[in-house]
Amino acid sequence: MNYNWNWGVFFQQTPDGDGAYWEWILAGFYWTLAISALAWIIALVVGSIVGTVRTTDRPWLVRLGNAWVELFRNIPLLVQMFLWYFVIPEFIPPLKNWMVSTEPIYAQFLAAVLCLGLFTSARIAEQVRAGIQSLSRGQRNAGMAVGLTQVQVYRFVLLPMAFRIIIPPLTSETMNLIKNSSIALTIGLAELTFRSREIGEYTFNFFEAFTAATVIYITIAMTANRVMAYVERRVAVPGYIGGGK
Amino acid sequence: MDLDFSIVTRSLPYLWQGMKYTLQLTATSAVGGLFFGTLLALARLSSNKILSNVAAGYVNLMRSIPLVLVIFWFFFLVPLIAQGITGSERPIQIGAERTAIITFILFEAAYFCEIMRAGIQSIPRGQVHSAYALGLTYGQSMRLVILPQAFRNMIPVLLTQTIILFQDTSLVYVISATDFVGAASKIAQRDSRLVEMYLFVAVVYFVLCYTLSYLVKLLQKRVAVIR
Repeated sequence: MNYNWNWGVFFQQTPDGDGAYWEWILAGFYWTLAISALAWIIALVVGSIVGTVRTTDRPWLVRLGNAWVELFRNIPLLVQMFLWYFVIPEFIPPLKNWMVSTEPIYAQFLAAVLCLGLFTSARIAEQVRAGIQSLSRGQRNAGMAVGLTQVQVYRFVLLPMAFRIIIPPLTSETMNLIKNSSIALTIGLAELTFRSREIGEYTFNFFEAFTAATVIYITIAMTANRVMAYVERRVAVPGYIGGGK
Repeated sequence: MDLDFSIVTRSLPYLWQGMKYTLQLTATSAVGGLFFGTLLALARLSSNKILSNVAAGYVNLMRSIPLVLVIFWFFFLVPLIAQGITGSERPIQIGAERTAIITFILFEAAYFCEIMRAGIQSIPRGQVHSAYALGLTYGQSMRLVILPQAFRNMIPVLLTQTIILFQDTSLVYVISATDFVGAASKIAQRDSRLVEMYLFVAVVYFVLCYTLSYLVKLLQKRVAVIR
C-alpha cells in the first residue's frame, strides 16, 4: 500500500471560498446531529404510542399497530428515503409546491427527518411492546384492582416500569438512528458522510476525509453509550437482574 | 398526476438482472459473513488476550460506523490493497459489484460474530468439559460438539439477520452498483418515472421480506430446543 497521507488537507481553502475543509466536516456533523435529534423525538413519541396500543385489548388497534411495524420493517431504509423525497410529495400538491419553492436543504431535511423518525418508531414500538409484556400480569391486575382506569394503569404502573427496563435496547436503537442518518446523503443532504466524500472528490484525499468521519461517528457512539449507561444506572429497577441493590 | 405502470412491465428483464445481483450479493455475503463471523467469534472467546482484543476491536469498529461510510471506505481501499497484493504499478479497479461483495462479507462478519458468540455462550460449559474428557482437541470439540449446537440454536436469528442484510444490500446504490434498486433508479431517472418505479420497488421488497420473516417465525417455533 503506497498512499501519501496529507492531513493538512483539512486546513486548505474550499473551492467555494467559504473557509477551510474542516468547516465542511463540522457543518456535516451539525446536520447529522440535527436530523438524528429530531427524528429521535418523533421515533420516541410515535413508537411509544404504537407500542402501547399493541398491548391493549382492542383487536383493531393491535392490528393497526402490528401493520405499522411490519410496514416500516420490511422495506429497505434507502427505498423509504426515496418514497418520502420523490414519491409522497407527488400525492400532496401543497407539499410538492413548498418543496419546489424552498431551498433544497429544507425539503431534504424534512424528508430525512420524517423517514428516519417513522422508520425508527416501528423499531421502538417493538421494544415498548416487549417491555410492557415482560411485566408480570399481576401489575396490570393490581392497578385495575385499586380502581385505576386502563389509561391510568398504563400511565402510572406499566409504562414507568417498561421504559426503565427497555433502556439498553433503546440505546442501541439511538446509535442505529445516528448511523442510519447517513442514508440521507442519497437524497443530497450534506450530512457528515456526504461531506467527507465530497472533500475526497475535491482533493483526492479520500482516506483522510473518511478517517475524520469515522472518528466522529465512533466518538458519537461512545458518548451516546456513556450517557445512556448513566441514565440506565439512575433509573435501574431494584430487584431486577442488573438493577443493583 | 398520471401514473403509468407499463414502465415497470417494459423494464422487467433489466430489473430482474438487478434482482439477480441483489440475491447473489445477499447469499454470498451471508455465507462469507457467517464463515468469518464464526472465526471472529472463536477469536473473541479465545483465552488469548491479544486475539480476543483484536477481534473485539474489529467488531466494535464495524458496528459503530454507518454502512454507507464502510462501503465508501472499501470502494477506495480495495483497489489499493489489490495493488499491494499483486505488486502492480497502479491501483486495480475491480468494479463496484465485486467491491460490494468484499465489503458486505467483511461488514456482516462483525454482526454474525455477535450472533455466533451468543450461540456459543448459550451452550452449557459441561459440553466443553465432556468433549475434552473424551479426548477431543479444541478444534474437534468446537467442530463436532459446540458449533453444530450453537448454529442450530441461532438459526432463526441468523435468518433474520440475513433478511436485514437483503434490505441493506440496497445501499450499494451509493457506489452506483446495479442491484435491484440501482436498476430501478436508472430506469426511473432515464424515463422520469420515479413514482411508479420506487412504489414498485417498495412493494417487491415488502412482499419478499414480509413472507420471509413469516417463514422464519414458523421455523422458530419448530426448531425451538426444549430444555
